[in-house]
Amino acid sequence: MARRTVAVASASGLHARPAKLFVQAAMGVPAAVTIRAGDKAVPAKSMLGVLSLGAVHGTEVTLEADGPGAEESLDTLAALLARDLDAEDSSHA
Amino acid sequence: MPDTPQRLAGLGVSQGRAAGPVVRMAGPPSLPAPRPVADRDAEAASVARALEAVAADLTKRAGAADGEAAEILEALAMIADDPMLREDAEKRARDGLDAAHALDAAFAGHRDALAGLGGYLAERAADLDDLRHRAVAHALDLPMPGLPAPGHPYVLVAEDLSPADTAGLGPDVLALVTERGGPTSHTAILARGRGLPAVVACAGVTGVPDGTVVAVDGVTGEISVGITAEEAERIVALDRAERARLAASEGPGRTADGHPVKLLLNIGSAADLVPGAEGVGLFRTEFLFLDRKQPPSFEEQVAAYAEVLARSPDVIVRTLDAGTDKPLPFLGLPDEPNPALGLRGLRVDRVVDGVLDTQLEAIARAAESTGTQAWVMAPMVTTVEEASEFARRARAKGIARVGLMIEVPAAALRARLLLREVDFLSIGTNDLAQYTFAADRQHPALADLLDPRQPALLQLIAMCAEAGAEAGKPVGVCGEAAGDPRLAPLLVGLGVTSLSMAPVSVPAVREELAGVTLEECRARARAALA
Repeated sequence: MARRTVAVASASGLHARPAKLFVQAAMGVPAAVTIRAGDKAVPAKSMLGVLSLGAVHGTEVTLEADGPGAEESLDTLAALLARDLDAEDSSHA
Repeated sequence: MPDTPQRLAGLGVSQGRAAGPVVRMAGPPSLPAPRPVADRDAEAASVARALEAVAADLTKRAGAADGEAAEILEALAMIADDPMLREDAEKRARDGLDAAHALDAAFAGHRDALAGLGGYLAERAADLDDLRHRAVAHALDLPMPGLPAPGHPYVLVAEDLSPADTAGLGPDVLALVTERGGPTSHTAILARGRGLPAVVACAGVTGVPDGTVVAVDGVTGEISVGITAEEAERIVALDRAERARLAASEGPGRTADGHPVKLLLNIGSAADLVPGAEGVGLFRTEFLFLDRKQPPSFEEQVAAYAEVLARSPDVIVRTLDAGTDKPLPFLGLPDEPNPALGLRGLRVDRVVDGVLDTQLEAIARAAESTGTQAWVMAPMVTTVEEASEFARRARAKGIARVGLMIEVPAAALRARLLLREVDFLSIGTNDLAQYTFAADRQHPALADLLDPRQPALLQLIAMCAEAGAEAGKPVGVCGEAAGDPRLAPLLVGLGVTSLSMAPVSVPAVREELAGVTLEECRARARAALA
């Protein structure tokens, strides 16, 4: 099992636009990634699941995946979480 | 479709004509009793299809929108597409629920989870309700609820429209037609404000299939169903020509033979003022007080009133018209079983000290600072004693012209005596109709009783106008009837001296009056009262 732990960098947390961009990215990576905050783990492709983590700016979340493409999938998603997506213009999203 | 267009009759409430394809807005679907399921896999498949259809519809709408609206729609589409939600709903179907109930239960679970998290996520719970309605409607083969967004201009047909619906209306809407509603419903008021043709209380219109081309006449209330494309084009061209004619209209209100009728504006703030009007017949001051835990300060009020007084001749300011019917937090009024008959308008002053006196003083100060005269009127006056007391307090603050709104039949009956106490009257036809006919303004089944042509209402208006003529004091109308070009000559014939209306209505009323003589107006009034 590959793992990455990242603090959510977006100002509004993992809600609204950042959540949408994260889930869209999760749909585009080869591995089935799980995102965990505290003891709650949900599929990264689930918008409702990601929202329900209630992750705010600075919350540490852990990404997990197995199998082919796991490492690169986690790298992509971890890098996204480490950016402040609220501060980026939507036309560059 | 028959060869000759079918006609439906409703109540025309906002002038203008339009033609285009019907798109119906459905309400939230109600769940029928659970249905026994024979093929559970087929049921799970319809669950998935319903969610896919909702997501596809939202994605399409996101593509047509831009900016924040597009982002919101995309996020909603992703929720409809959510794998956890779909698996949950599919599992419930495989456990034996029919598709609609499986979807309903799955949405309910996620909705409660989000609501429990509070804050921003609790607000998203309302989004889930909206998605639930859409998915359940699809599973039940009902039209999708919510404002349609077909991506082309359309005539919006609905059972009725809520304030939230009407606020979201986009530029694609050509006209509004509702099965229910009355002349003072939200639909009517919104449509007039926007200059959109509208017909309400139109029985049978929600049975017209989507895509049928209809013509809407906002004056006569007639809907022609199934017209040809050529006919539709002709109507659109006629409407355009009529609007151009009205746009060119200007000058003071006059009948064909030169009898002056002041055409005034109903406004909520300086932002509503338009050039060329003869004054403001109703400046609603409620906006200053909305969403307040404390009343606005004296200085804030002076500034807001002065902004309007400085920019328009002859402004009639109405003192705060709130109460248990239109609750304002800072008034701290308890709920009442019958707010329309309770503490509202001037009556609030019986239990809340200071608000009225501060407002009167602020209006007087605003007039002084702008070098204008303050005309002030009180809403919901009922007795001569109330009128006399209001006039005394207003004059003590330095108000030059004191008036009253006539909304209660008791006041209309005593118009002659009221005019000994004050300088003018302004008739609020919407509430006067409601109280005269004991018919709630929003009641969908009582629209005929709220028709401003009802002779009993006209008789009360005539009594006020006659009292005004005797006393040599102005008596105007500031209810919705004043902005209806078909009613304006009738009101003038009854003796009304000014008509106050939404700014968009002024040109049509001006043109209508210019086409009739005072004697013709009087003849119409006599006929209407007979």
